[in-house]
Amino acid sequence: MKQTAAQQPNRQAFTAFRSSPGVLFWPAVHVLCCLLSAAAGFRFSRLLFLLLFSPSPPSSSSLHHRHLLRQPPPAILPSPPPPHIHPPPPPAAASNGVVVGRHGIRVRPWPHPNAAEVARAHEILARLQQEQRRRYGVKDPRPVLVVTPTYARTFQALHLTGLLHSLMLVPHPLTWLVVEAGGVSNETAALLARSRLAVVHLPFHEQMPVRWHDRHRLEARMRLHALRVIRENQLDGIIVFADDSNVHRLELFDEVQKVEWMGALSVGILAHSQREGEKGQSPLPIQGPACNASGHLIGWHTFNTLPYAKKAAAFVGDGATVLPMKLEWAGFVMNSRLLWREAEEKPGWVRDLDEVGINGEEIESPLDLLKDASSVEPLGNCGKKVLLWWLRAEARSDSKFPAGWVMDPPLEIIVPAKRTPWPEALPDLAFQVIADDEDHVEVHPSKKTRSSRSKRSSRKKKKREAHVDAQVSDLFNRQEK
Amino acid sequence: MGSGTWILALLVLHSVFDGIYGLEQEVNHRTERISGSAGDVLEDDPVGRLKVFVYELPSKYNKKILHKDPRCLNHMFAAEIYMHRFLLSSPVRTLNPEEADWFYAPVYTTCDLTPNGLPLPFKSPRMMRSAIELISTNWPFWNRTEGADHFFVVPHDFGACFHYQEEKAIDRGILQLLKRATLVQTFGQRNHVCLKDGSITIPPYAPPQKMQTHLIPPDTPRSIFVYFRGLFYDVGNDPEGGYYARGARASVWENFKNNPLFDISTDHPTTYYEDMQRAVFCLCPLGWAPWSPRLVEAVVFGCIPVVIADDIVLPFADAIPWEEIGVFVAEEDVPKLDTILTSIPIEVILRKQRLLANPSMKQAMLFPQPAQPGDAFHQILNGLARKLPHNEGVYLKPGQKILNWTAGPVGDLKPW
Repeated sequence: MKQTAAQQPNRQAFTAFRSSPGVLFWPAVHVLCCLLSAAAGFRFSRLLFLLLFSPSPPSSSSLHHRHLLRQPPPAILPSPPPPHIHPPPPPAAASNGVVVGRHGIRVRPWPHPNAAEVARAHEILARLQQEQRRRYGVKDPRPVLVVTPTYARTFQALHLTGLLHSLMLVPHPLTWLVVEAGGVSNETAALLARSRLAVVHLPFHEQMPVRWHDRHRLEARMRLHALRVIRENQLDGIIVFADDSNVHRLELFDEVQKVEWMGALSVGILAHSQREGEKGQSPLPIQGPACNASGHLIGWHTFNTLPYAKKAAAFVGDGATVLPMKLEWAGFVMNSRLLWREAEEKPGWVRDLDEVGINGEEIESPLDLLKDASSVEPLGNCGKKVLLWWLRAEARSDSKFPAGWVMDPPLEIIVPAKRTPWPEALPDLAFQVIADDEDHVEVHPSKKTRSSRSKRSSRKKKKREAHVDAQVSDLFNRQEK
Repeated sequence: MGSGTWILALLVLHSVFDGIYGLEQEVNHRTERISGSAGDVLEDDPVGRLKVFVYELPSKYNKKILHKDPRCLNHMFAAEIYMHRFLLSSPVRTLNPEEADWFYAPVYTTCDLTPNGLPLPFKSPRMMRSAIELISTNWPFWNRTEGADHFFVVPHDFGACFHYQEEKAIDRGILQLLKRATLVQTFGQRNHVCLKDGSITIPPYAPPQKMQTHLIPPDTPRSIFVYFRGLFYDVGNDPEGGYYARGARASVWENFKNNPLFDISTDHPTTYYEDMQRAVFCLCPLGWAPWSPRLVEAVVFGCIPVVIADDIVLPFADAIPWEEIGVFVAEEDVPKLDTILTSIPIEVILRKQRLLANPSMKQAMLFPQPAQPGDAFHQILNGLARKLPHNEGVYLKPGQKILNWTAGPVGDLKPW
């Protein structure tokens, strides 16, 4: 596409014109073009004249154009400068290389991603990130000991699977101590077996109480039990208290590598309910270390429970806001050597674990393990970075769930979905059709049943719903473990 | 016994040397130093290698213009102003013109801004011409060489062609009076009328403090494969499409708007700098002119620049090995961009990232105030020093005249 060269001989032709009495010629052409543009409604490119008056004949040999030129909408009159016009041999260097003017927009015939290339790009990214971690990340990571109290309940699968996946992504060597209230159960063991982590499944032979207050105390005792196990076996590493209902960022596990003896993190508390319009400033829902300007620990932020005092949940599943304790265990990390009987350089401000928790002493937070709380190290940019969130979402303690979350035998009840994305439909006529269809559909194998269940739109009658609910709960009762 | 002590001494020496070698390996392992002429050249110190005389022009050529519109200090053409300030207080400046190797006339030709902040170049030729007339009448040095040992900073779109539209810029060509001078400009394209032989190509100005404040920790994983923010179609100036960026940007959009690896859009996010630091490749396609501040931003933030501009001449190309740092894609290969980028071997990408992490590369792209060693000001001076000593063609014989003072469009001859 050597247009500059083509234009130059044209220019000479034009100036020749100008010197002749055609002084009016070019303004007339300009006026003509303007009128044509006004008539057609778009800018009329004068490149047409180039095509018509170009001195060299357009040769028919087209260049090796493999590209699909973007087709202009058929209304545009002059085509984009056709690549198959060969200009006269270009004068020396000036017009080699890139040409000024209009170019086609090259679009390949299938402008969509190629799966193999996307896979390759992800490999490249993974390798680059590994290199980044190696260069800028934590050097010589210490192993992490994660302590989690749990018990078999409806939401256990939800919470524990989330935690499990987070822990599987941690790049450092990890040991997971799971303390289960009520002894080792198959449910929990099945969940834990799915991970490829080193899990120590510890039974704790007491049942989890229903009241939240009692529950918090039991969990503290379960964690102490795990700490005693660490002490007996002299496990080495950094102890992270990860509750199964919390959400952790992976940066947490890099940040805790910085702890020397005992560290404190900021925990975001997700207990805030938006239902009442809160006027005024609500303070940040964060529990964690408070620092002064020079980065030293001077106190603790705790969650303000006063606004919720009357509406706090008393037992699991009562529908009110669940409140955290003053300082959650999850916000603390410690070096396991603090617990050992003999460790060199063990600081004097930690109590011996054997003396803790006996005689009915209440351990509310890891600070009770210390004689002096002022040597705790604030982590996460002095608590400014929130690396984990606390949220207790639990179902009622008497709620039932299918064992292992497997429906066996498959459901035979079709429950109309209460909320579907398509609009409310039509009246009874359609409902009758469904009543007929339902009997018909039940014969199909289970997969189809489930999908047709979800296709049901929101036409429901209250009676029918109550009836169905009773049936569903019957089925669940049948399937409870 | 004697041989035993010899062996011991040898062992000690061996371990000492190993230690030093190991240490050097450790340092080199982090950021790969480009060995050979290219890399070392970035760290040359121009002080003592050249002397520059700065003409004292009336303030209507510089200070008054800046005073009228202080926005000139922040836009991407601000290099002309900062270069002037740097030279005024630099050790290479000499107050004795007889011993000067290079002469500099501070004319702020790119400071006539529209309300939107874009520079209008219409008065620039007259301004430059008027300045040169002043120089040639008040000092004898211009006439001695007809400008061959003078340099000017012309950072506008097409350099000394003084127009923002490429066709008109080519028509005008380089200002006649600057035909013998050395031009320091951001524009660079091979075989182009507006790139004179011997010009020094510099990066566009990007505010160093602003980029400094947006740095994120280097261990943030780079998870964006290709990143670009900017226009694909310039609907205001190019309604038909196909003129802007020679269709290359539009081609990028049409081919890759559905591709999850390409994070491209016309947004103006506030996290633009942070996002670049989370990206592996940053596209630097041409716009109306082939150069773009994205190249500077990509180098500073460690993102591998993917340059899509045929025949472009990159800044300080004789000192920075751009082929080893960036990826060059021909405009006709844009539809295959994803194939090209994913088929680069991983070792090559890692090497490019290591080279980009070299702080001297980032320094060379910036115009910090106050000037620091190795920055763009020093690279310009290095470039000027490399052109010394002047050859015989520079000095004219008495009575010899080369420049045509009346050439060029009639409008340029009007006084400013």
